[in-house]
Amino acid sequence: MPCVNANGEITEMAKRILLAMVESSSLDKVAEQTGTPLYRIRMAARELVEAGFAEQQAQSFVTTEAGLAALSKGATTSGSLGNGG
Amino acid sequence: MDTIVQENGKATLPRLNQPAPLFEAETTHGTLRLEDFQGSWVILFSHPADFTPVCTTEFIAFTELAPELKKRGVELCGLSIDSTYSHIAWVRNIEKNFGVRVPFPIIADLNKEVASLYGMVMPGESKTETSRCVFVIDPKGILRAMIYYPLTTGRNTQEILRLIDALQATDKHGIATPANWKPGEKIIIPPPRTTEAAEERMKAGYETADWYFSKRAI
Repeated sequence: MPCVNANGEITEMAKRILLAMVESSSLDKVAEQTGTPLYRIRMAARELVEAGFAEQQAQSFVTTEAGLAALSKGATTSGSLGNGG
Repeated sequence: MDTIVQENGKATLPRLNQPAPLFEAETTHGTLRLEDFQGSWVILFSHPADFTPVCTTEFIAFTELAPELKKRGVELCGLSIDSTYSHIAWVRNIEKNFGVRVPFPIIADLNKEVASLYGMVMPGESKTETSRCVFVIDPKGILRAMIYYPLTTGRNTQEILRLIDALQATDKHGIATPANWKPGEKIIIPPPRTTEAAEERMKAGYETADWYFSKRAI
């Protein structure tokens, strides 16, 4: 689930997850809130951390300033863009 | 958890009741680690190749089974030695031709890394394709069951569901299940291990054929 699409915009699913992280830092709760299987939330959380949109603090995840900015206007950072093949 | 079972320094195939080999792999849902499934049961299954007819029937059958598995806290994960692009094209083709949307991730194991860890390639059948393997992994990451089918034979997904029900009943009640057991049927009480316990078992009021063979409802 690359969290940023080829246009450098945050994907809908990543947006839902980031928004849920603003409300709760527990991935279990994010999964519940978004109706998404927990394994997919864990996969996404890893990508969001790598892209700088979220930060892991012990067992919790929080949305970073970059994540909040991405939520408000779409991503412009060097997220998971892939190599374009 | 160990990444692979080791015996005398040599890598061996996974064994029941030992940690399932860990992996990180590219899938149709992104980069997946086995640990991402922690807390859920997992059915990790391999198929020989995308865009083949028996595999297509299996993917339809696994997709149809997914809601029942979800009720039981089980996630599905497919695998073959194909690229992510091939997987994406195939699942789109399945949806277009059969109206079935595959909901689970499929590992693109082009370098056979996961297939090798789990012993999914049977050189006597094919050196370039994975056989029809099923690995049931419990919420703690322990490998609880393995089934291998040949390339020619599509799997029976109802048997896989029955296996999950049996394993979960075993964990919940500390019992064993008889041949062809299905939920609602009587289970086997593990046999006594001492002569004293054997005598007690005969008086315990279970449905008992002999001291080692008792059944009860759960």
